[in-house]
Amino acid sequence: MNVGGTNARIGYIAFNTFREAVRDRVLYNLIAFALLLSGAAILVGEISIDIERLVVVNLGLTAVSLFGVVIAIFIGIGLVSKEIDKRTLYTVLSRPVCRWEFVVGKFVGLTGTLVVNTLLMAIGVFLALHYVAHRFEMMDVWVLVALYFIVLQFLIVCALALFFSSFSTPLMSAVFTFALFVVGSLAEDLRGFARITHGVGGWLATAIAYLVPNFSALNVISQVAHGDAVSGRLMVYDSVYALLYSAMAISGAVLIFQRRNLK
Amino acid sequence: MAAIEILDLEKSYLVGFWRKRRKLALRPLRLTIEEGEVFGFLGPNGAGKTTTLKLLMGLVFPTAGTARILGMEMDDPRVKSQVGFLPEQPYFYDHLSARELLNYYGQLSGMPAKGRSARVEQMLARVGLSDSSGVQLRKFSKGMLQRVGLAQAILHDPKLVFLDEPMSGLDPMGRREVRDLIQQLRHEGKTVFFSTHILSDAEALCDRVGVIHQGELRGVGAVADLTSETQGKVEIIFCAQKVPTGLISLGAEARVSGDMVNAVLPEEQQDAALDVLRRECLKLISLMPVRSSLEEYYVQKLRTPEAQTESRKGVGV
Repeated sequence: MNVGGTNARIGYIAFNTFREAVRDRVLYNLIAFALLLSGAAILVGEISIDIERLVVVNLGLTAVSLFGVVIAIFIGIGLVSKEIDKRTLYTVLSRPVCRWEFVVGKFVGLTGTLVVNTLLMAIGVFLALHYVAHRFEMMDVWVLVALYFIVLQFLIVCALALFFSSFSTPLMSAVFTFALFVVGSLAEDLRGFARITHGVGGWLATAIAYLVPNFSALNVISQVAHGDAVSGRLMVYDSVYALLYSAMAISGAVLIFQRRNLK
Repeated sequence: MAAIEILDLEKSYLVGFWRKRRKLALRPLRLTIEEGEVFGFLGPNGAGKTTTLKLLMGLVFPTAGTARILGMEMDDPRVKSQVGFLPEQPYFYDHLSARELLNYYGQLSGMPAKGRSARVEQMLARVGLSDSSGVQLRKFSKGMLQRVGLAQAILHDPKLVFLDEPMSGLDPMGRREVRDLIQQLRHEGKTVFFSTHILSDAEALCDRVGVIHQGELRGVGAVADLTSETQGKVEIIFCAQKVPTGLISLGAEARVSGDMVNAVLPEEQQDAALDVLRRECLKLISLMPVRSSLEEYYVQKLRTPEAQTESRKGVGV
């Protein structure tokens, strides 16, 4: 199979995944997000003095992150398992489609959905910012960087959900992925704990600290809410880290799925 | 050239939680299907028909053995572009319309954009879904989904079509349409391998049939041969309101239905039976040898002890 054909097939599967998410009303979460943000902006405008921007950026970006993670987990765990259960996969794999192309296509489709979702939410965040501050400032550019980091988080969460769902039930996959998201959000604390722990416990803590995805390194919400810049080095480091971690999780999912009998 | 050569394909699963044991889903299967042939794979539910099809389509992996499809190894990626597959009770992306689904499958099959839309419309018309082509599949009935399934299986003009229980869930009209479609595929020179447990469909459509039971191929035969064998008996139908005593003394098994009598008796008593009718001045309607039916062959093969079956010997007929 040629590379052009492979890319095209991945693209078709990704587009179908995106279309399915849109038609299954996944983007309806935007309504809840818009209500939350506009309510918060109005409330903050009424009661806060000089910290409106801080509150709106913090609240807005945290909401973008949480809404996205929930979507990533709950769609991600069903990306492949739902297709096996509903047997929609049979007619796809009976065509010149490799199993790895299917997994990658589904992953690309879901991350695409999340990117679109994030872009629409980002518009909401900026509208709320403008509402409370009545203007945009140069430091608002860092909000875009924080949104980019949130998308990197989604990449990892989607890949993990896909990985767990390749060998586990949807419920357990959701539990595992969410647990890793929580633990990963505390990864820096875990690394600090590992540094001060000795013996077997220290080894174990170090292993866990470096094995779990470091979501805390991808969280710059508080930093940009205070108007602080994000270094270019961190942006490169985090991009490479997220891509490598996702690639590893997707590779694991592919390896398992390649050997799986579709009963 | 053989369209399908199945070479001792075997599948077993490990079952049980703590104490795993091996469950044989398909015993070593050896079978050859020629190009242009319509082959019926018969067997009761759970016999191994779907497992065989899934193995050939690469949806499950064999424990042992292999197969060659259209002269290529079964796991050769080029095979998939030349075969079509309709799974049993197919499910499709129900957020799509029939047109969108076929277009998607056309894309995945590598059909060029130019001409794809026309082919999709042609297939929709062929399975009688042109009027509902824009409706989401979640609003389709089971029969309509089966038609979509057939359309997607032949969309990319494959040389070989695998159909798993294609008549399942269809009303009599739908079944007739599927039968017509398979006949059309035969006329187009396609090879069709379909599984069914509806024997009348197999008898009407197939060149050859194979009977599988408990994961084991019990027999393979040409339908024409199987149904042309006489059983040494003749069936006589004539006008009468009761069975003549002379006929009973010839050993006839007869039943009266209105003004007609249907009698079955040994072939060697045929002339004597006709003499009886002449003597009694009864009007003869028909006289035919009693032929074997596919059903009798099927039942006989299902009752064949496992050790005597043909898959072990590796031969057909």
